[in-house]
Amino acid sequence: MPAEAVACRGLKKYYSDVKAVDGLDLFVGNGECFGLLGPNGAGKTTTIEILEGLTVPDSGEVEVLGLTWKENELKLRERIGISLQETQLSEKLTVYETVRLFRSFYPSGPDPDDLIRDMSLDEKRNARVGKLSGGQKQRLAAACALVGDPDILFLDEPTTGLDPQSRLQLWEVVAKFRAKGGTVLLTTHYMEEAERLCDRVAIVDHGHLIALGTPKELIAKLEAPNIIEFTSEPALPPETFQNLPGCHGCNPRGGAWQLRVDSLAETVPQLIAAVEKAGAKLVTLSTHAATLEDLFVSLTGRELRDA
Amino acid sequence: MPEKIRPAIIELTSVRTKEFLRETEAIFWVFGFPLLLALALGFAFREKPPDRIPVAVLAGPAAQQEAAALGKSPALSPRVLTEAEAHDALRHGKVSLVVDASHSLVYRYDPTSPDGRTARREADDALQSAAGRHNPMPARDEYVHEQGARYIDFLIPGLLGMNLMGTGMWGMGFTIANARMKKLLKRLIATPMRKSQYVMSQFLSRLIFLTIEVIVLVAFGWLVFGVRVNGSIAVLALLCVVGGYAFSGLGLLTASRARTLEGVSGLMNLIMMPMWLCSGVFFSYERFPNAAKPFIRALPLTMLNDALRAVMNDAAPLTKILPHLAVLALWGIATFAIGLKIFRWQ
Repeated sequence: MPAEAVACRGLKKYYSDVKAVDGLDLFVGNGECFGLLGPNGAGKTTTIEILEGLTVPDSGEVEVLGLTWKENELKLRERIGISLQETQLSEKLTVYETVRLFRSFYPSGPDPDDLIRDMSLDEKRNARVGKLSGGQKQRLAAACALVGDPDILFLDEPTTGLDPQSRLQLWEVVAKFRAKGGTVLLTTHYMEEAERLCDRVAIVDHGHLIALGTPKELIAKLEAPNIIEFTSEPALPPETFQNLPGCHGCNPRGGAWQLRVDSLAETVPQLIAAVEKAGAKLVTLSTHAATLEDLFVSLTGRELRDA
Repeated sequence: MPEKIRPAIIELTSVRTKEFLRETEAIFWVFGFPLLLALALGFAFREKPPDRIPVAVLAGPAAQQEAAALGKSPALSPRVLTEAEAHDALRHGKVSLVVDASHSLVYRYDPTSPDGRTARREADDALQSAAGRHNPMPARDEYVHEQGARYIDFLIPGLLGMNLMGTGMWGMGFTIANARMKKLLKRLIATPMRKSQYVMSQFLSRLIFLTIEVIVLVAFGWLVFGVRVNGSIAVLALLCVVGGYAFSGLGLLTASRARTLEGVSGLMNLIMMPMWLCSGVFFSYERFPNAAKPFIRALPLTMLNDALRAVMNDAAPLTKILPHLAVLALWGIATFAIGLKIFRWQ
C-alpha cells in the first residue's frame, strides 16, 4: 500500500475568469480524515473533483491509492466513494431502488438493506427520493458513496444546509467509516465540522493553500488563544486599543472589533480602561477561545461564511 | 446470503422503466395522444360519398331546367342565382362555377381551383348530355373501396412511424438532458458504471414501451378502422425495433451536449419538424418535387413509413424492405456512435 491515500502536486485549474486552483500540494495519509476548509469560491470543489477524477487539471499530478486517473480509472472508481455537492438522485425512485442501482455498479460491497439500516433510513426504505428531507437525502448520498465498500470517501460539503441533528447523524456515519480504517477527504465551510471530524485541515483561499495542520496546531498558530469582541459608543479607531499589552492584533467583525489576546484576565480590564479614557462607553463585550474561524479571519481579514 | 445483486445493465433498465411508469404525463403522450389523433383523423376521413361541388346557374327562362340537368351529376349541387348574387358567391368561394346560358353557354370559374375545373367538366357533361349528346364510347365507373387503399390505411402506418419517432427521440433525449441538468449523470460516472451500459439501458427500456406502443396502435387501427396487417407480424416487429433503434440514436445525438431542457426541446423539434412534413405521415411525399425526393428518402422516418406501409398494406416480405432496414440501421449505428463520442457527462 502506498504511504499516501491521496497525493497531488502543483495542481492548477484556471477557468476563463478565475484561477480556481492555483498551485496546490496536498497529501492525505491512509486512514486519515482530511478537511479542505475555505469560503465559497475558494476552489474546494474544483480541487476535490480533480482528486475524484471528474475534472482534469490544467497541470499538476494526482495519485489516488498510488494510482493515476489516466491509467486506472475503472480500478479507482471501484475503490473510492463519492458524494457530490449537489447531486439530485432520481426523485421517482425509492431509497432501496437507488441503493440497489448503485450497488450493481460495484463488484463487491454491503447488502443494500444493511447499508440502509446503517444510515438510519430503514423507515424510508420504500419512500420516493423526492419525499426525503435534506438530511435523509444527504444520508442516501452517503449510502451511495459507501455502497462499493470504498477505501477512500470523498465528501463535498456533506452537511451544508442541514439542521444540527442531521449533521450529527452524518458525522456518525463518517466516524463509523473511519473506525473500519477508511480514509476520508471532505470539504466544508463549517469550522466546527472540521475541528470535530478532521485529523488535519488545509485552509484554502483563492485556490491557494494558506494554512495546513491539525486543528490544534492551526489554532496555536494564532499567537493568541483568546478572542475579545466588543462594541462601543461611539465606535473607536483601532489605535485606541491595538497596542494594549498582550494584544496581538485586531479585526473588524460586523459592527464590532475583535482582539486576539494572550490572557483575558490581563487584557479585558485594560481594554475597559482604554475605552473609558477615550471618552466612549462599552455597549457589548464577549470573549471566547480561538477557533479555526478566528484563524481564517486573522489570515485573510475576511470571514469564512460571507467571504 | 442477502438478496442477489443483479447486473448493472438490468438494474439500469429496470430503474429507467420504473421512472417512466411513475411519470403520468409521459404515459399520455406515448399512448393516449396517438390514439386520440388516429381517432380524430379516422373520423374526419371516414368513408362517405364525395362532397358535391356547389355551382350557380344564372336566373333566366331556362334556368330551372338547366339546374335540374346539372343536379343529375353526382358531383354537383346547383342553385339558381341572380347575376349579382352569383358574382359575389363565386368571389367568396360559396360556389365554384357559374353557368350562364342566357346567350351562348358560358362557364365562369377560377382555372387554378381544382373544384372549379372539376365542376366545369361535370357541368359541361351534364348539360351536353341533356341536350342530346351521345357518347361514342360507353363507359361505366368502378369505385375503389378496397381494404388497404383507403386514407385510414395510409394514415395508421404513418402515425405508427411518427409515434416511434416521437417516443424514441423524446424518450432518450429528455431523460438524458434531465439527468445531466440534475447532475445525475455526473454522479453516475463517478461510479465504475460503464457509460455504454447506461446508454444501452435507455434503449432497452425504450424497447419495452415500444412493444406496448406498437401493439396498442396496431390493435386500435385493426379494431376501430379495420386496418389490417397484411404482411408478417414478425417482419413488422423487426421493422419497429430497427426504427426504434434509429430514433433512439437520433435522440441520443440530439441530447448528447444540450445543457438545458429548453435547448434539447428546441433541437428535437428542429429535427422532427421536417420529417413530420416530408416523410409522408399524413400525405404522400410523391407531391414534393423530384429534386427533393432523394433527400426525403434518406430521412429515417420516410424509410420507416414506406416500409410500414409496404408490410401492413401490401404484405411486403422481408426481402422487399431490406433496403429500408439497412438505411434505418445505418442511422442508428451512426447516431449512437457519434452521440456517445461527443457526449457531455457533466
